[in-house]
Amino acid sequence: MKKSNIHWEAVEADPRFQALHRDKNRFLWRMMLFALIFYFLLPISTAYFQDILKVKVWSVINVGLLFALSQFIVAWVIAIIYAKRASSEFDTRARELVKDAHNIKGLL
Amino acid sequence: MKPINKILLILAALQPAPVLASGAVHQNYKWLTFLVFSSIIAATMYITFWASKRVKSTEDFYAAGNSISGLQNGWAIAGDYLSAASFLGIAGLISLYGYDGFMYSVGFLMGYIAVLLVIAEPCRNIGKYTLGDILAFRNDPKKARMIAALSTITVSIFYLTAQMVGGGVLVKTLIGIDYEVSVIAVGTLMLAYVVFGGMVATTYVQIVKAVLLVIASLVLVTLVWMPYGFSLPAFLQAVADNPNVQAQVAKLLGAAASAMSPAELGQRFLEPGLFLKDPIDQISLGMALVFGTAGLPHILMRFFTVPNAQAARKSVVWAMAIIGGFYVLTLFLGFGAAMHVGPETIGGIDKGGNMAAPLLAQYLGGGESSLMGNFMLAFVAAVAFATIVAVVAGLVLASASAIAHDLYVNVIKDGKATQAQQMKAAKIASICVGVVAIIIGILAKGQNVAHLVGMAFAVAASSNLPAIFLTLYWKKCNTTGVVMGMLIGAGSAILLVLVSPNMTYPLKVLNDANSVIQSAPQKIAEHRELLTRIRSEAAVNGIEKEIATLEKQLKKAEEDTAKYQNQTTSMMGLEKPLFPLKNPGIISIPLGFLMVILFSLFTHDKRAEDLWEELYVRQNTGLHVEDVSH
Repeated sequence: MKKSNIHWEAVEADPRFQALHRDKNRFLWRMMLFALIFYFLLPISTAYFQDILKVKVWSVINVGLLFALSQFIVAWVIAIIYAKRASSEFDTRARELVKDAHNIKGLL
Repeated sequence: MKPINKILLILAALQPAPVLASGAVHQNYKWLTFLVFSSIIAATMYITFWASKRVKSTEDFYAAGNSISGLQNGWAIAGDYLSAASFLGIAGLISLYGYDGFMYSVGFLMGYIAVLLVIAEPCRNIGKYTLGDILAFRNDPKKARMIAALSTITVSIFYLTAQMVGGGVLVKTLIGIDYEVSVIAVGTLMLAYVVFGGMVATTYVQIVKAVLLVIASLVLVTLVWMPYGFSLPAFLQAVADNPNVQAQVAKLLGAAASAMSPAELGQRFLEPGLFLKDPIDQISLGMALVFGTAGLPHILMRFFTVPNAQAARKSVVWAMAIIGGFYVLTLFLGFGAAMHVGPETIGGIDKGGNMAAPLLAQYLGGGESSLMGNFMLAFVAAVAFATIVAVVAGLVLASASAIAHDLYVNVIKDGKATQAQQMKAAKIASICVGVVAIIIGILAKGQNVAHLVGMAFAVAASSNLPAIFLTLYWKKCNTTGVVMGMLIGAGSAILLVLVSPNMTYPLKVLNDANSVIQSAPQKIAEHRELLTRIRSEAAVNGIEKEIATLEKQLKKAEEDTAKYQNQTTSMMGLEKPLFPLKNPGIISIPLGFLMVILFSLFTHDKRAEDLWEELYVRQNTGLHVEDVSH
């Protein structure tokens, strides 16, 4: 491995990095958790709540079809929200750290 | 009807369906198939020729020199992911079972949320060519690479076998060339892309194939949906009103259907529960799809072809748009095929329904004997063929990189190999894996491989995902945890499948065969007797079809009896399944995670601890992404 002159422990301890990874993780885990719950509700309801899925909403279209199609919308919306937030905020904050990384030396 | 005609009719019904004898494409239009296939193959060969001049280093061979853009990579991921199983298989399942088939579409897309949020960017930031690179960053490099290579090869071989066998059968059914010939054709073509053009050729072939696939599907969906003014309720109403669909539901429900009106039967097709019966199995399958995608080595490898994390992110977003859009189309393809071709015909040619989309194409173009119908069928067949070749190319490249880059260069040669040696190793490994794939494809002829794709996803979810995820996000994760977690995760997934209902149990087969042998001759005799009394043409046709089906079942039962005569146990020595589920994910995925965690907590690994800060900063910021070279 090329020996880099970055002081990794110091960068990791830098308050800006700490704030970045805290904000990022909080955001990511919330989205992930929501996506997982929303997705697993589908197999759970096709297994245990078929009566709800069979309720007709609009001519032959039932709750089950709408729920399945809504999964696509949710996936796309999550992707767009994440991509927007990441490129407008996380990327900028990471870039600042990268620019400054050589100067972060910690208390050695 | 004169008796001689009747005999002729019965004989005709006994023959395999005429479309099967020489493939689904009509004899008179073989030239058309040839033309379409050769133009697509010629286009990909040109790409390979062009790419071969651009592949100068291992960087180019494994990662296309990081030169692929986010949008291009999004299409390539779609090309890699939309295998024949998802393109033809899901449309088929929807055409046979309605709503339940669509459940697969949803699961396959949702897997990308995990890829987008937690896997793609960190992997781009710390990895170079392989899964091994990611795991070797802070874990013991040799051990991590060995276990990563083992897992990559296992997942790829499962997936590959399913593609080769499925592809061979498919090409045979579509255009009538021999199974062995089509397996060898797929293998040779794929090797040409990989060996001469490496990741560059593979990427562009995948892009071309994905674009063709989307165009073909859009044309079919437009044709099938247009008569209903592109109204979703009108289209679905037509599905529910369709007699083919209603007959299929009646057949699936059996006695329960006798009290239902035609409208109720049609509506039932749009409701869950015709295919997936066991709730826990369903959730288990969902887990494998959602967590497995992020652990598929040939998908992971795609993130190393882009220059940075931003491009990796963009490529997943594009891939989700393309893959998701495509899976929405499968709903129309499947329902359209159910209406126009009919589940009876689709299931008659191929039990899994793989012919639904091709037959729909033939129908929409104008039918069996029309030029346009055969052109559209040939086009869909050629796209399916290109699909198999492209997916296999991606899988071979992933396994070859694990063998050449991880095992040979970094474990055996300690990372001390020249560019020339590395390139040679990469090409030799590709040829070896390709030849193995062809041999497995031929040996596995006639085997039931449907569960292998599921198994690939289950192993990826139980072994690769926990190891990658915890290495990236958990400070205490270490080498022993990763090695043991991957071994136990993958091992338990495979073992559970081996003792599951997916395997063949001779006692059950013999039992089923026996009951057919007991009852079928009498039923056939009854039908024959009925035939002498009935005059209506339609009823005669119906009964003759019934007789043909019964005789086919009888023949199959006799063959099964002969085949399993002296066996009492499955290949694992079991009389009946030990594990009740077809999908192991619900057990093996949590087990994989648990084992990584437990073994990490009880062991100590200085390197994994020392490198945590560096890994964590790099994966979050992309700092020094240009020099990830271990």
